[in-house]
Amino acid sequence: MNNNEKGMSIIVKTVTRWIKGFIFLFGLSIVLFGHLTPGGGFPGGVIFAATFILITLAFGKEYVLKKIGKTLASELDSLGALLFLIIATLGIYFSGIFFSNFIEKTHPTGNFKLFSSGIIPLCNISIGMKVGSCLFMIFIIVSVVRVIFEDGKGKLITTEKKDKK
Amino acid sequence: MIEIIIIVLLIFMLIGSIICLETKDLLSSIISITSVGYFGSVIFLLIGAPDIAITQMVVEVLSLIILIRATIRMDLTTIEEDRDFFGLIGTLALIFVFFILGMEAIRYLPKFGTPSFTLNLQAPSNRYLMNGLKETGAVNIVTSIILDYRGYDTLGEATILFTSILGALAILRVYARKRKEK
Repeated sequence: MNNNEKGMSIIVKTVTRWIKGFIFLFGLSIVLFGHLTPGGGFPGGVIFAATFILITLAFGKEYVLKKIGKTLASELDSLGALLFLIIATLGIYFSGIFFSNFIEKTHPTGNFKLFSSGIIPLCNISIGMKVGSCLFMIFIIVSVVRVIFEDGKGKLITTEKKDKK
Repeated sequence: MIEIIIIVLLIFMLIGSIICLETKDLLSSIISITSVGYFGSVIFLLIGAPDIAITQMVVEVLSLIILIRATIRMDLTTIEEDRDFFGLIGTLALIFVFFILGMEAIRYLPKFGTPSFTLNLQAPSNRYLMNGLKETGAVNIVTSIILDYRGYDTLGEATILFTSILGALAILRVYARKRKEK
């Protein structure tokens, strides 16, 4: 039984291969344009997580856990939270107030520009990173963790593989 | 017109939650509790809150997947006993008290469609709406509030999410280690 036969049928796999990039780009646009259009870091991050959950459901958990382990997800989670805290603390350094908006706020040619409103896009990006990896880890914990074993280096293997060995 | 649609959707939400409580099948229970969230997202869209509607819809999709994935292989335990009599009386009394208090609270609410901050000129919402674009530069006023005026609250929310994941990982990791030692 090779790796291609795990997961769902070939129809689901083919459709997933086509649309996974578009879903990820949709999440990216929701995060990046959070200060111009409805959306923001939280829904965009949930869409990121939904992309990886779709891949997990279609291709089987081994396919995803080989590429994105629990360690990478937790690193991204911590990195997002740390980035958000650093941005907030830099406000004290630059203008003396926690969470003050210390970058130039308005674009010189008017409103509705991507590079405007100071720290808000950066905060959106960090929250999106954090929420995405966080919810993906929830999915891993709930669905997979009962059969997870660590082999000492943080790589994840499952009981099914272990029984075969 | 919008009021009538919202009332119909609210009735659907009530029906969904009652089905969720009363059904014996775990899968249909999950699907009906998720339908409550979908109707809620449509209501948010109708009353002009697209930010909340997007978040509600996306989170409902994700929680539906996670709940189904978590419960689909569980052993289904159904409770055959009748309900406890005194518990039922207590629940009904509590619902009655909350109903009376809710009716009292609704009397002080402004009319449907009039924002409550127009009644009080000192409310901070007036300042957000007047000076939000000038002070933060963000065109989307919701983002300017949650990440600039109320950034501290967002930091707390991020911390809660982080801590809960940390706790879940810590608890489940002990279990995995114990299995490894065998």
